Amino acid sequence: MATNDNLVTDDLTPTGERRRDFIFVATGAFAAAGAATVVWPLINQMSPSADVLALAQIDLDLSAIQPGQAVKVSWRGKPVFARNLTPAETAAAKAVPVASLRDPQTLEQRTKPGKENWLITLGVCTHLGCVPLGAGEGENKGAFGGYFCPCHGSQYDTAARIRQGPAPKNLEVPDYTFKSPTQVTIG
Amino acid sequence: MSFPWAKHYEPQGAFMKYVDSRLPIPRLVYDSLGGGYPVPKNLNYFYNFGVLAGVALVVQIITGIVLGMHYAANTTIAFDSVEHIMRDVNGGWMLRYMHATGASFFFVVVYIHIFRGLFYGSYKPPREVLWLLGLVIFLLMMATAFMGYVLVWGQMSFWGATVITNLFSAIPLVGEAIHTWLLGGFAPDNATLNRFFSLHYLLPFIILGVVILHVWALHIPGSNNPTGIDVKSKADTVPFHPYYTAKDFFGLCVYLTLFSVVVFFLPNMLGEADNYIPANPLSTPAHIVPEWYFWPFYAILRAFTVDFPFGLVPAKLWGVLAMFSAILLLFFLPWLDTSPVRSNSYRPLNRQLFWIFVVDVIILGICGGKPPEEPWLRLSQIASAYYFAHFLIITPLVSRIEKPLPLPNSISEAVLKRHTNTGAPAALQPAGAGLAEFPASGQPAE
Repeated sequence: MATNDNLVTDDLTPTGERRRDFIFVATGAFAAAGAATVVWPLINQMSPSADVLALAQIDLDLSAIQPGQAVKVSWRGKPVFARNLTPAETAAAKAVPVASLRDPQTLEQRTKPGKENWLITLGVCTHLGCVPLGAGEGENKGAFGGYFCPCHGSQYDTAARIRQGPAPKNLEVPDYTFKSPTQVTIG
Repeated sequence: MSFPWAKHYEPQGAFMKYVDSRLPIPRLVYDSLGGGYPVPKNLNYFYNFGVLAGVALVVQIITGIVLGMHYAANTTIAFDSVEHIMRDVNGGWMLRYMHATGASFFFVVVYIHIFRGLFYGSYKPPREVLWLLGLVIFLLMMATAFMGYVLVWGQMSFWGATVITNLFSAIPLVGEAIHTWLLGGFAPDNATLNRFFSLHYLLPFIILGVVILHVWALHIPGSNNPTGIDVKSKADTVPFHPYYTAKDFFGLCVYLTLFSVVVFFLPNMLGEADNYIPANPLSTPAHIVPEWYFWPFYAILRAFTVDFPFGLVPAKLWGVLAMFSAILLLFFLPWLDTSPVRSNSYRPLNRQLFWIFVVDVIILGICGGKPPEEPWLRLSQIASAYYFAHFLIITPLVSRIEKPLPLPNSISEAVLKRHTNTGAPAALQPAGAGLAEFPASGQPAE
């Protein structure tokens, strides 16, 4: 068997694989790794760009907001609601048994210590991202006195917690810090 | 690729012979759209809608390419550039209305085409791959139409984009990251608009590619027909040209007439007035609705309002899963419907269930266009449940228990019987192989 002799002398490694198999696998692996390094920038270009990320932090002056009022500001292209709760509204938020909530959180957990009247949340419904009503003058605040989403009827209470409707979560509280009693930095 | 009695292409003259031996495009046309393609002779007008869908696609591509010469995909001027097309560009208003209503007409045609396939069992063997390719086209169409609607950058564009891209954030664990990646930011913005324009320009050509595969897959077994039985002899077929080229041309004239009526007299009939307000990320319109062709699926999305079981899976995730499954289920239809009889003309029970299903989809469509209030929520829950029951329970069950009506021996026999029953003169019957099997005693009339 001349062919077999040739294979033994020319083509087989000591453990019995053909040298050609090794070259096939090495070539394939190298090509796959090369393709992956090219594909990654093509995928990653869709992630937020540097200028989008640069606008990720804003300052907000709360001094003009009277109790019962709220302002809408834009942060990362999304609205943020900053609301000065009245004593009646904080009392209503505290009176709710936490265990009865879909997303159980107390008002204390959703505000900063000693600043319980300042309710700062994203104005983005956790259902499908609409802007709930209730921050503007004369807007529908829903059955629980907080916010009402006109898209699919989610109702939030005075701590912006989901009480009724399809939204799964409370309105998100962004990261923010008080720089002074009337100044916050969001982001 | 064709029946043995198909006529063969004979190139006429030296030039055609020269072409035929080098790049035989005339032969391809003759064999697939010409006299060399035998087609069942009993196709009714519902079989026009495949060609009409192709025409609708071409209309969208042509008008879209010229609109792209005037449109600017930047959030600061996108809305204004659309108004520029409407007011300043020569004939721009007509081109944009053709493109916008053309999308609606495309969906009307494709929905009729799909329901035609459902009624006559065109998804059954040997046409499963043809059906699957059609569904791929349908999915691509939905993605293209959605992104095209966003380009206008009006209020409905923006909030439609917000709602639909948020569907991806329902995916557990990685949803938020995927959502940010798709948008190129934290909310729809310039990055989103730009990539949607890029993809909206690309996808129609992908659709065109899949349409070619769809037509190829059609030409392997040939068209199904209203009886659902296979072609058996030459007597069952006529050549595509001139018989169906003429019939399709007539259908096309009717279609273009209706299209012109809407383009020129009712161009905003199917649109939303809110989309003539520029996009405002800080103000949600009171009532967000997608375009009408998404309403049945939008109703299924909104039908889920409670976390279950035991609050474990959020209602939002259920809604998203249900909406996508509603379309994915259609991919399994060829294997859910096990009845060997294709056409509902011979399936007395399934025929009634088909029409109930049509009504169910129409109810879902109506619910999807209404605000998320009672009674529409409850109605869409019932209709969604029925939608899934139709495919997962009713269709497999009926396939087993139904006793179909006796099938004709051939297409030719069925056609001739209809003519004799309606009093057409017997002299119309041509002499052919199919006649030999024509039974003397009539079968029960439909």
